[in-house]
Amino acid sequence: MLNRTIAPPIKDAIEFDLKLKPYTFFELDNGVPVYTIDAGTQEVFQLEMVFYAGNSFEKQKAVAGATNFLLKNGTSTKTAFEINEAFEYYGAHCARACYNETAVINLSALNKHLDKLLPVIKEMITDSVFLEEELATYKQNSKQRLSVSLKKGEFVASRLIDAYVYGEKHPYGVYTNPEDIDALNTTQLKEFFKQYYVNGSCVMFVSGKLPADLKEKLNNNFGGLSIKANNEQLPASNLYPATEKKYRIQNDADGVQGAIRIARDFPNRHHPDFMKVMVLNTLFGGYFGSRLMSNIREDKGYTYGIHSYVQNHLQQTAWMISTEAGKDVSEATVEEVYKEMKLLREELVDEEELLLVRNYLIGTILGDLDGPFHIMGRWKNIILNKLDEKYFYNSIHVIKTITAEEIRELAKKYLNPEDFYELIVI
Amino acid sequence: MIQFEKFVLPNGLKVLVHEDKSTPMAVVNVLYDVGARDENPNKTGFAHLFEHLMFGGSINIPSYDEPLQVAGGENNAFTTNDLTNYYCQLPAENIETAFWLESDRMLSLAFGKKSLDTQRKVVSEEFKEHYINKPYGDVWHKMRELAYTTHPYRWMTIGKELSHIENATLEDVKSFFFKHYTPSNAILVVAGNTTTEQVKALAEKWFGPIAAGEKYERNLPIEPKQTAPRTMEVKANVPLDALYKCWHIYTRTDSRYYTTDLIGDILGGGASSRLFQSLVKEKKLFSNIECYHMGSTDTGLLTIEGKLVKGVSMKDAEAAVNEEIQKIKEQGVTDKELEKVKNKTESMMAFEDMSVMNRATSIAMYEQLGDADLINKELEMYQAVTAADVAKECSIIFDENNSNTLYYFAN
Repeated sequence: MLNRTIAPPIKDAIEFDLKLKPYTFFELDNGVPVYTIDAGTQEVFQLEMVFYAGNSFEKQKAVAGATNFLLKNGTSTKTAFEINEAFEYYGAHCARACYNETAVINLSALNKHLDKLLPVIKEMITDSVFLEEELATYKQNSKQRLSVSLKKGEFVASRLIDAYVYGEKHPYGVYTNPEDIDALNTTQLKEFFKQYYVNGSCVMFVSGKLPADLKEKLNNNFGGLSIKANNEQLPASNLYPATEKKYRIQNDADGVQGAIRIARDFPNRHHPDFMKVMVLNTLFGGYFGSRLMSNIREDKGYTYGIHSYVQNHLQQTAWMISTEAGKDVSEATVEEVYKEMKLLREELVDEEELLLVRNYLIGTILGDLDGPFHIMGRWKNIILNKLDEKYFYNSIHVIKTITAEEIRELAKKYLNPEDFYELIVI
Repeated sequence: MIQFEKFVLPNGLKVLVHEDKSTPMAVVNVLYDVGARDENPNKTGFAHLFEHLMFGGSINIPSYDEPLQVAGGENNAFTTNDLTNYYCQLPAENIETAFWLESDRMLSLAFGKKSLDTQRKVVSEEFKEHYINKPYGDVWHKMRELAYTTHPYRWMTIGKELSHIENATLEDVKSFFFKHYTPSNAILVVAGNTTTEQVKALAEKWFGPIAAGEKYERNLPIEPKQTAPRTMEVKANVPLDALYKCWHIYTRTDSRYYTTDLIGDILGGGASSRLFQSLVKEKKLFSNIECYHMGSTDTGLLTIEGKLVKGVSMKDAEAAVNEEIQKIKEQGVTDKELEKVKNKTESMMAFEDMSVMNRATSIAMYEQLGDADLINKELEMYQAVTAADVAKECSIIFDENNSNTLYYFAN
């Protein structure tokens, strides 16, 4: 008779030997670095072109984002429609996104269409024209989108908490108001484009089941352009953290939930505590079985989900707790978050829970290295943070060996309520 | 080509195995053939609430998540109007842990009062977060009630109203479980670094002893053919007017499904689609507009939704949409347009199949539709769609008497 109360034997995930498949590296004729991962079974590729053209470089708000967005909205030979059609006809997907330091163009498609698509990207990054009419439509639609977002407590809360932690003048804390969108003009966009795309610095990440002549293809399209490798320091910005720590904001008179954000400043990935705090964060609020989830969702039912995470910024960053909780239990939720911090500061995590977190983290990394895109995702983060493979292997080592005492020390150092900004938006 | 093998246990559990030796992981996916459409109209939201309860401990194992996480695994689940799906991924060496956990909760849940009390609250917060505390969050609640008079697609997966969830009792939970969570009503897909032999042995060991239970025979009321246009006006605290139009389409297994899917893409599937180009870019009547459907198993809805540019009247906006509809009805589509959306479909399928987890879930969902091998056959069905098919279906679907229009006004 099968005894269902006894778990089958397992191999502890920490016994697994994790390997991050190494990348291949080459430079284009103009020195632009290219990292590639050739793996997988499907005949597909993903090309990510990362430009140092994020909002840290803009002199006026919203310029970097608008420039990045409008890369697909017209060149001297193609209308916005024709550019979109050029991708969509081949079933390709060309996304763009603007972050703080970087702005990206991300092309994914079936390999058989690669040759048709690269010239379109080339045209976008050398010959975008930023027509008045396209900008006008963009401004109108962005403002409309913003007006909808501002009705959502979670959107408002996420903007404000960043502004408290970094300051509204810091690129990580700045947010867009309708008047910033109104103030955009094509002259600014064209200048930004010329400086940060046409003559900008760039790094490329290509993954998939890659063709043998990839280097030649990339060189033919991009090797002769005036883009270059990024050899400069990232622009440094002063922090302007808010002096007041606690905020309660009424955004929607009919709101039935509070959007709660609790955050503190935190150093970047180069800091010796960073990897260890990743383990502490997992325990605290970083996975489904975390202390915050177990207490506030699974025991009290105050929320559908509560998470803690360290923001993925290149320079300084923030440690954030985020949730949407019932209006009547929002204050109680905040109290429970602080209670969980206190427990971590005062009590040692027992070995059973720590082993669970170790196994969970290793298992997640193992599962996440599924296929070329995910492997490249790991590498991209390492490379953009100016780290190397040691970072990956040291992280694994930390997960396997960190002690309960070290975790408690880190909690004492970082999880003090007085260091946190606290916000509820209803 | 995605390979798989299939066998059925004597208790009726269907098991499919998809081997992929390139990953160190294994995926165990259990699909239960029960969704919101199987609910009692007075106890809606139950299939989804139940999904939450499936993590509250089973008859012999107090916690589902913890032992899985100890084994290096991760899991999640989702509920739709048609089905409930549970999946976990873990290092292949520990695959038996997943069999142990999944079979015990198929055998019986613990039915703890505490779990029900908590999850009722959690789901209520989920309801608020996604459907109340969000601008336009109630659109589908209203649209479903407008478009369906009879079929249980009348309500959303989350439920018709909060009270249905708040009033759920342990007795309700138990009877739902024993009615729907039986081996013969489930599909188990195991994928990744495993073999059919291993899966067979483990399935027989862990799932084999579970009693077959009574087979649930689905017998849902059929939505009668709509014979006159329906409209509804809503005023709400939102910043922009929005327009939603829906037309009834075919079931997921109908051969005309593929044509319909492509029609949606041609009209509103991207920045080079007809509606976007004409109504957002050229006429500037909408700030965004799209056309889509939800891939429902029973007859679904093809939907056009858009937010109006401030200052544009609902009448003008709707007239412009109708003009595009009229155009595709009268003039059909070009071969190039059709080629474009077929290419997009081919590409999307290739990308979806990149991850072993997606493949496992897809195999389970196709098996629920009646044939797991559809995963390999569907591209061909899309390729076979002609411009004449599109023209024909446009004139049938976009019949005024088949339309449901929701005018959502900012107040």
